[in-house]
Amino acid sequence: MTGADVQDPIARLVPEGARVLDLGCGDGALLERLQRQRGCSGYGVEIADANVLQCVQRGVDVIQANLDEGLAIFEDDSFDVVLQIDTLQHLRNAEVMLRETARVGRIGIVAFPNFAHWPNRLSIARGRMPVTRRLPYQWYDTPNIRVGTFKDFEVLAQRNRLRILDAFGLEDGREVRWLPNARASTAVFKFERAD
Amino acid sequence: MSFEVVPQSMSFAEPLPLHSGASIRDYTLAYETYGTLNADKSNAVLVCHALNASHHVAGVYAGQPKSEGWWDNMIGPGKSLDTDCFFVIGINNLGSCFGSTGPMHTHPDTGRIYGADFPVVTVEDWVNAQARLLDALGIQTLAAVMGGSLGGMQALSWALQYPERVRHAAVIASAPNLNAENIAFNEVARRAIVTDPDFHGGNFYEHGVVPKRGLRIARMIGHITYLSDDVMNEKFGRQLRHGDRVHYSTQDVEFQIESYLRYQGDKFSEYFDANTYLLITRALDYFDPAGACGGDLRAAFARAAAKFLLVSFTTDWRFSPARSREIVKALLDNRRSVSYAEIDAPHGHDAFLLDDARYLGVVRAWFANIAKELEAAR
Repeated sequence: MTGADVQDPIARLVPEGARVLDLGCGDGALLERLQRQRGCSGYGVEIADANVLQCVQRGVDVIQANLDEGLAIFEDDSFDVVLQIDTLQHLRNAEVMLRETARVGRIGIVAFPNFAHWPNRLSIARGRMPVTRRLPYQWYDTPNIRVGTFKDFEVLAQRNRLRILDAFGLEDGREVRWLPNARASTAVFKFERAD
Repeated sequence: MSFEVVPQSMSFAEPLPLHSGASIRDYTLAYETYGTLNADKSNAVLVCHALNASHHVAGVYAGQPKSEGWWDNMIGPGKSLDTDCFFVIGINNLGSCFGSTGPMHTHPDTGRIYGADFPVVTVEDWVNAQARLLDALGIQTLAAVMGGSLGGMQALSWALQYPERVRHAAVIASAPNLNAENIAFNEVARRAIVTDPDFHGGNFYEHGVVPKRGLRIARMIGHITYLSDDVMNEKFGRQLRHGDRVHYSTQDVEFQIESYLRYQGDKFSEYFDANTYLLITRALDYFDPAGACGGDLRAAFARAAAKFLLVSFTTDWRFSPARSREIVKALLDNRRSVSYAEIDAPHGHDAFLLDDARYLGVVRAWFANIAKELEAAR
């Protein structure tokens, strides 16, 4: 689900040579790319059998686990960067996992669909849940059980004592820094623990 | 039909020091190999066996079309562990009853059958014995070591005892040690054997008898623990042996599950050695690589250098996923390369020997990458 238009700008946020944990790593494409192009190392965490297989096929280290059961297997500060790319919206324990992300990694990077993107607002204004390229599911069969906005995440981050290091929107692979809450279908946050 | 294989054996005169302080000399190891060792001897994969298996890992013996090795679905030409790429070695462990020196053989010091005097062997001792055989084959480094259950413990131990000789380790349906419940099951099995009047303190060979009753019960207990509740219910449920009514007998077979367990027990008692059962379950009980590090598995794994694959099965309650995750955590804490697949299979511990596309697929992909590494190193 995470295409190159999201991966490119995310990869740029990850420092060269970083130890990376990718939560909900999918088929491992992003991790493979970080390892090849930026000299990173690390692991993916994934629940789906087919994705685990693809990771192993790519030679990306992957741990099969359900993120809703927590990250107890990882120690505090054991990674330079923890990624949650298009993962948060699938989690029942989204807030717990955000805290866990900040516990396990020195830097967290989260990307998720921004529900306040203007076409979504328009759809809601017409009385219907949006079905878009970014949110292609009908309301009754969507795997996205958490719908939030760029601004919502700022509030959640503050509530969990996270310091936002960078935040922008993504639209068609381009960074959106002016009015991202309305103008971008994807929200991206880079943060660290404030304490 | 699978490919044809020929068992081999190798004898060792030099004493092998054992962890108990004892040693064993003039011993023989039975083994098999599949595939071809490449010129730089870099494509060897050692496959370690569990409780009741042997060096006959894959293939069939000439003229015996049903003699497939115990992991024939995993290993062979074009299979997950592809013998067209790798040189695969199966070794029967010391103390076993399938060709390597065991308690039914003659003690070189006394000229009498070992029986109860066969030295207690540990997983570490087995690994040392396997290493000597690899030395003799001229294999310094293993492309991979792989095992399930007790075999997985040997794979782990290889990575800890000989980190410089193991490039990859696949540890399947295994554990970093046995928990109390697991030791308890082993002890019930051992008591069944030891208290069989035909056991004669382990020296039954000279009495011309076999403690079959004990072996049967040991196998029945084992079998229950290798299956899951679900699979047993699905296979047998409350099906009756004789039609649709009970016969109000306390001793006859009434339920199909009883019949199945008795059959498995009978079969096992015909070919398995009672002293071997005691020795191997003890090796399981004793295995605890963290023990030498005050129980700290992370410290124990600091030595490991191999890249790991761990696989567990969700319904395996004898070697549960939680135990595999302990190993994964110890590897993660040491920043070692590890992938872990937790297969949602219904078959309990037995799943590691069965066909499951997800499981066999992950193992296949993992070995395919090792083959690529070998190719790139040329």
